[in-house]
Amino acid sequence: MSDVPLSAQLINLCAAAILLLAFAMLAQRRVLQLIDLFALQGFALFLSTLIVAVKTGQTHLYFSAALTLALKVAVLPLILRRLVQRLHVKGEVEPLINIPTTMLVGIMLVVVAFNVALPIAQLSATITRGTLGIALATVMLAFLMMITRKKAITQVVGFLAMENGLFLAATSATYGMPMVVELGIALDVLIGVIILGVFFFQIRDQFDSLDIHHLERLKDH
Amino acid sequence: MPSLLSIDALLIAACAWLAVGLAGLAAPRQARFVAATLFPAGAFVGLAVGGVGLFALGGDPQTAVLAIGLPELPFHLRLDSLAAVFALLLGFASAGISLYAAGYFRHQDAGGVPGLLCLQYHLFLASMLMVLLADDAYAFMVAWETMALASFFLVTTDHKHGEIRRAGFLYLLIAHVGALAILLAFGVMTGGSGDYRFAALRAQELSPFWASMAFLLALLGFGAKAGLVPLHVWLPEAHPAAPSPVSALMSGVMLKTAIYGLLRVSFDLAGTPLWWWGVVALAFGLVTAFFGVLNATVQSDMKRLLAWSSIENIGLLAVGIGLALLFHAYRMETLAALALTAVLYHCLAHAGFKSLLFLATGSVLHATKERSLGRLGGLIRRMPWVAWLALVGVIAGAGLPPLSGFVSEWLLLQAFLFSPGLPHAWLNMVVPVAAAVVVLVAALAGFAMVKFHGIVFLGQMREPALQEAHDAGPWEKTGLVWLAFLTLLLGVLPGSLILRLDAATRQLLGAGLAERMSEQGWWMLAPISPERASYEPLVFLGIILLSVWLGRGLVKRLYHGRLRRSPAWDCGYHFQGPRAQDTAEGFSQPIRRIFEPVFRMERHFPSIRDREPYYAVKVEDHFWYWLYVPIARLAARISALVASLQGGRIAVYLMYSFLTLILLILVARP
Repeated sequence: MSDVPLSAQLINLCAAAILLLAFAMLAQRRVLQLIDLFALQGFALFLSTLIVAVKTGQTHLYFSAALTLALKVAVLPLILRRLVQRLHVKGEVEPLINIPTTMLVGIMLVVVAFNVALPIAQLSATITRGTLGIALATVMLAFLMMITRKKAITQVVGFLAMENGLFLAATSATYGMPMVVELGIALDVLIGVIILGVFFFQIRDQFDSLDIHHLERLKDH
Repeated sequence: MPSLLSIDALLIAACAWLAVGLAGLAAPRQARFVAATLFPAGAFVGLAVGGVGLFALGGDPQTAVLAIGLPELPFHLRLDSLAAVFALLLGFASAGISLYAAGYFRHQDAGGVPGLLCLQYHLFLASMLMVLLADDAYAFMVAWETMALASFFLVTTDHKHGEIRRAGFLYLLIAHVGALAILLAFGVMTGGSGDYRFAALRAQELSPFWASMAFLLALLGFGAKAGLVPLHVWLPEAHPAAPSPVSALMSGVMLKTAIYGLLRVSFDLAGTPLWWWGVVALAFGLVTAFFGVLNATVQSDMKRLLAWSSIENIGLLAVGIGLALLFHAYRMETLAALALTAVLYHCLAHAGFKSLLFLATGSVLHATKERSLGRLGGLIRRMPWVAWLALVGVIAGAGLPPLSGFVSEWLLLQAFLFSPGLPHAWLNMVVPVAAAVVVLVAALAGFAMVKFHGIVFLGQMREPALQEAHDAGPWEKTGLVWLAFLTLLLGVLPGSLILRLDAATRQLLGAGLAERMSEQGWWMLAPISPERASYEPLVFLGIILLSVWLGRGLVKRLYHGRLRRSPAWDCGYHFQGPRAQDTAEGFSQPIRRIFEPVFRMERHFPSIRDREPYYAVKVEDHFWYWLYVPIARLAARISALVASLQGGRIAVYLMYSFLTLILLILVARP
């Protein structure tokens, strides 16, 4: 391992932490702790972006890192916690499939993601190329969380975690997207969460519950 | 450098139309202001457009670039002789229609908000002008779609009736299918170069296969807008639904923009035509003309009758285009010029007389609130102006001399007479048969027109309420007189206009009729040579007037003083009220009998046992059941299959996305 530079090792460490946190989120039963884990994942993402920024000296990555810190570690978890308190969501999240099975499926997904990412990573010449597989795995695990949970709020967390994975892929494979795109996505995520927050209140007013099971009536005939 | 180019004048006119339309929004509910001020202003702009078109005919092409639209993608505009012919048509026809509309939309019962109507109407006019001026596919499509949308909103002015909304939807649907085909045609013509300017399309050398694809797509797209069978179904629905000035504008002018597009693509952009393109256009045109005129004869709704008659005329235009393509493909350019002149002339003639007739139905509709022929009759006594002016349109529509319809049909038949010169054995034999069909169509068109005029205006009034009918107001009369005047002018003085149209045919084909024509006198029309065939409309008109005058004089002299009024012989039946007159259905019964397989009829015959015997006939269009209903069923079946995917569970929906994602990743891995 001595031929791998220190920065690359640190980035790999952060990426591993992100993947671990993704698994932790998949396994977590409590909503508030889920949000904490999400914030932690955001922090790991911030660290890895910062390291890439220091290493490559690209100024716009500093902005990205700052944006990540502000939005994903501070603002979004705060909004989500407020929502949970205001809506009196019960602490437990109810999965559709039991958690051990979900974890097993998750492991399968990681294997698939790594296999798929391997040839792409070899094309890339960046120091962070190893993280591409992890990023893809994070996206898939977040998607899995969205599929297997019943509560609307956990689906939003899953959606945001998916964005984390995409962001990791962007920094690791290409040293970040153009600043305009990044700003756009950050704004989209923020607005998305606010709109979904409004929706939560509407759903609760309509059905007296936040269980998306009630939305199954939304179809023709 | 002239101070004001014609193209600039036309652009100013388009802006003026838009300004007039927007002014309507300033006072949307004041029908009197909108009608009496804005529509005459629009008519004035129309006159200017027509004048500029006439002036620009034969001038050098002028170009302009408008820096609107997307960045790096300005509108390229160009005014050449072909566009000028249609600008002439648009301007002069719309001037008459706008004058009429100034009276028609004054009445609140016209439906819709007057100001909004004014905006849509003038936007429609301006977009048609832009269609003619467009010199790149992008500008063309923007103008084309604006035209379709503006006319859609005009058709659905009275959107409170479900039937009208349905007609509007059908129109929009077919217009979009057509627009898609046109877009694809342009795409094919770029040949992958990505340059959508018409100059680039012209320069592109396409292989015969791709050129043919472009032509067929253009025929489909423009045919959908023009109403070629089997894409004609929207016409008989949309025209009765729209207010009469809008029907007049759509039938008289908008259909011609489709003809313009077809001419532009097939003669100008797609390169040298192959001979079978002409055969395809000819075949579709013949079917359309024949099917259209037969349906026109059996209609009982006066606007529907005129709509079917428009389909017939579009068919004749397509026949002319096909013939011109055929001659052009074999390098017989003078004959191609003859056929093309017939097409352009018929465009102008049809714009005049069909607008006139639609406006006349508007006056009848306004005066009687009745569209069904079975409840009209005898209106010539209450509405003499409308009746006599409609007669001008009817004679032109029937293709009788000395009015405009005769000139163009005569030119078309002249072109047919030269088809034995084609160097192709099969065509030599088949094309004369097509000429026979055209003659049959012309005769049946005469039948339909006699039915229209006879049942609406002549005879006895079939309903007592018709006694209340009143003639058109001054604005309406002015518009009608203007269109009738154009129809007469086109009929009586064809020579000088054909000399001007020469510029357009010369631009497309490199040949015209001018050298031969200019050797003859201006009163005579002999397109190829006076020995072969010639037509002197003024002499004809003179003879007609003379014989009428002589006949009248003789009758007066012979019967003077011995005139007495008494009941006509009643053949022994003394129960002869207005209801005993020949009805619209009765009049066309022989046609329904002779051409029975062409119609899909549901008839109810009275039987001896009926307490209240009645006869009813409903004539429908075969194409609904042959083409449209199967397509609709197929779409419904496919949707039902897809709908089973919609389970309602969000987790399942997410699963679909997830599986798709994984599948794509696995499939697309390097």
